[in-house]
Amino acid sequence: MLAEYAPLLAWLVLVMAFVGGLLALTAWIGRARPAPGKAETYECGMQPMGDARGRFSVHYYLVAVLFILFDVEALFLVLWALRARELGMSGLIEVGLFLAVLAVGWLHIWRRGGLEWDR
Amino acid sequence: MTDAPWFRPAVTILAAFGAMMSLAAGMTLVERKVSAFIQERHGPNRVGPFGLLQPLADLIKFVFKEELAPDRANPLLFLLAPALACLPAMATFAALPFGFLDGKPMVVANLDVGVLYVLAVGSLGVYGIILGGWASNNKYSLLGGLRASAQMVSYEISLVLSLVSVIAVSGSLNLSEIVLAQDQRWNVLVQPVAALVFLVTMFAETNRHPFDFAECEPELVGGFHTEYSGMRFALFFLGEYIAMVVMSGFMAVLFFGGCDVPFLAIAATPWWAGALAMVVKMGFFLLLYVWVRWTLPRFRYDQLMYLGWRVLLPLSLANLAVTGVVLALDRQGAAQ
Amino acid sequence: MERAAPSPGLLQPGQREIELDVRTQDVEINMGPQHPSTHGVLRVLIRADGEIVTAAQSHLGYLHRCAEKIGENVDWLQYLPYTDRYDYLAAMNNNLGYSLAVEKLLGIEVPPRGQYLRTLIVELNRIASHLIAFGTYGLDIGAFTPFFYAFRERELLLDIFEKICGARLTYSFIRPGGVFNDAPPGWLQHVEDFCRQFEKKWPEYWDLLVENKIFIERTANVGIIPRDLAIAWGCTGPMLRGSGVDWDLRRDQPYLVYDRLEFKVITGVGYRGTVGDCFDRNYVRMLEMVESLKMVRQCLDQMPEGEVSHPDVGLIIRPAPGEAYVGIENPRGELGHYVVSDGSKIARRVRVRAPSFCNLSLVEHIMPGTMLADAVAIIGATDIVIGETDR
Repeated sequence: MLAEYAPLLAWLVLVMAFVGGLLALTAWIGRARPAPGKAETYECGMQPMGDARGRFSVHYYLVAVLFILFDVEALFLVLWALRARELGMSGLIEVGLFLAVLAVGWLHIWRRGGLEWDR
Repeated sequence: MTDAPWFRPAVTILAAFGAMMSLAAGMTLVERKVSAFIQERHGPNRVGPFGLLQPLADLIKFVFKEELAPDRANPLLFLLAPALACLPAMATFAALPFGFLDGKPMVVANLDVGVLYVLAVGSLGVYGIILGGWASNNKYSLLGGLRASAQMVSYEISLVLSLVSVIAVSGSLNLSEIVLAQDQRWNVLVQPVAALVFLVTMFAETNRHPFDFAECEPELVGGFHTEYSGMRFALFFLGEYIAMVVMSGFMAVLFFGGCDVPFLAIAATPWWAGALAMVVKMGFFLLLYVWVRWTLPRFRYDQLMYLGWRVLLPLSLANLAVTGVVLALDRQGAAQ
Repeated sequence: MERAAPSPGLLQPGQREIELDVRTQDVEINMGPQHPSTHGVLRVLIRADGEIVTAAQSHLGYLHRCAEKIGENVDWLQYLPYTDRYDYLAAMNNNLGYSLAVEKLLGIEVPPRGQYLRTLIVELNRIASHLIAFGTYGLDIGAFTPFFYAFRERELLLDIFEKICGARLTYSFIRPGGVFNDAPPGWLQHVEDFCRQFEKKWPEYWDLLVENKIFIERTANVGIIPRDLAIAWGCTGPMLRGSGVDWDLRRDQPYLVYDRLEFKVITGVGYRGTVGDCFDRNYVRMLEMVESLKMVRQCLDQMPEGEVSHPDVGLIIRPAPGEAYVGIENPRGELGHYVVSDGSKIARRVRVRAPSFCNLSLVEHIMPGTMLADAVAIIGATDIVIGETDR
């Protein structure tokens, strides 16, 4: 069982070494000629106005919250799906109830404008 | 030596690494060649015959480039983000089975939770993008990163739900077993709706056109990689292409029988034929990526969210419900 | 920049429940002067709340070259190359506008063949200009390939222009008194070949981009300019006609030989959305290409023989004191030239009414409330040329 993870570990080490090696290689032989203009943040040729460290629109955050809600749901469904055949009708009813609750939540979010991007 | 227990995994790892890198590098060339064909241009044709060595030339160029970092960027995260965007895609490649040799799957790691592994590790790629966008301290980058993360998490749900249907049909999380279960009948015939949802979400998950909001050059200049140059930029690029390769492979494995050659039992297929079938199937979806990118306009951000939350999510949920009912009835029918 | 803290439990108009107690900042984004989608060096300062534009302001002047002032310092004819450079995508039209104004001062009539050649080449130039508008609009919406197709056909047109006047972008071909030279042998046949070729290609553009579902989603019902607003802000050209106003100087104040040609004036009809949206503006340009092609065909059929230039107009022009205004229908709208002469060989005043400039003035007023991506769609549908807005 766990033996399967040994080659995976080797693989991870390999790709990390590859990526790290590329970054190190270019840091080593890539030439660096720093200049003040190069170190400036790009803002379409203008002097940068402020920086990008403000408080951002709440919409993006809302999507993240919704994601957590539904992704956990999906994970629970995986467990049922693995044994869907064996669990049969009783399993279906249980998971159906679970899905129904989530569907109501989803409808609620829609009704309250959580899925609206332009008001 | 060939009998040593480490021999086969070692060869597999090297072969898989070679396959991954050549597929990704080949994709950069194919993308440019196919787009040139679509647009009646020539595309790269100077380096090597037909420009075949172009990816190598690009690599050399990137290695020698100066790496710029804005003064106000967060240096550590700015350096780490490209690696974080690239590594998860590379890590997931390990779970793709390319065929069967001596009855054992040709795969780096034949994980029992292969589907979950690909989903879990593959989703980490969004960190690279959002951290890259944030660390640049550039407004375009930040917006690009935020968009990308919101988009990827939105489509992740539909992606997982469409996979749950496949899991329910196959009854396994092991990718090799899912392939074996499709010996007679590919999953796309059983689960066409799930395949469709997966097709759409795989474009969104890899941030590809028409969902490439992370870049979206008409508004955000370069999106999350506006400030990136040299090898760090190349790693974002590489990550995107490897993610495309992995997603195409995933599509082939889950819905199109993986290494299964039509009308031929998997057990009776020589290993090279299986691997070839797998690569051909992946190639089809990789070409589809390119074809779509150079044909369609881009969605608007809110349209993307509507599509994800209001169309694909209920569609995949409904598909799952129907699948559950059919499976339960099937079981009852078998019991009687 | 920060919003006032909402009192808990009270919803402000336009505010949603989820936003209570959450303070966010609007972000100010420079779009331009170096930006992929501002069609040159336009700078639009956008204030956005996440994805939604709350305010926009356009800044001009990055390509200001004192064109009008130069007009007061060089000979009448020497100013002609400067007209090429304001709307560099439709230089023939600019030449024509200036030439017509000077001819009005001089009180001369161009020979018929000259008139027909002018009409022919101006309409070809209109097709070339609209091709760019169509191609770059696709680019703004995110479709790369139509851009290359548009440039492929424009290349044929540039070859045609090169054959008759030697230049591919800044022609100075139409000049006071007529045109620089007659068409070289075989040139008219060349134009006819182009017509046949373009006729076959145009439906491809229509299918590829205009009827594309995503394109329609992106442009229909976006950036709507109602009829009254378009008139009030002095919009002209496809921008005005896109809003459903039936006004075209070629028909309503005919110049050259337009009164002898048959053509339709295309107006926006809300083909896929509301009248006056971005889709309609692009729609008008697409169909105008077909109309221009019809006019080119008619010019070819009716082309008379004879001189192409008025014999009395030499290199040094000294119009009688007076003033003249001539407006012509440029691809982007009404290009007006107001010229004043004091009888010397140098103009007293040259004033240009640039269509892009007037069209652009409206843009920042329709942007607030749209999404960031719509801002790009709106700028693209306005089809500005910065050389013209800044002059």
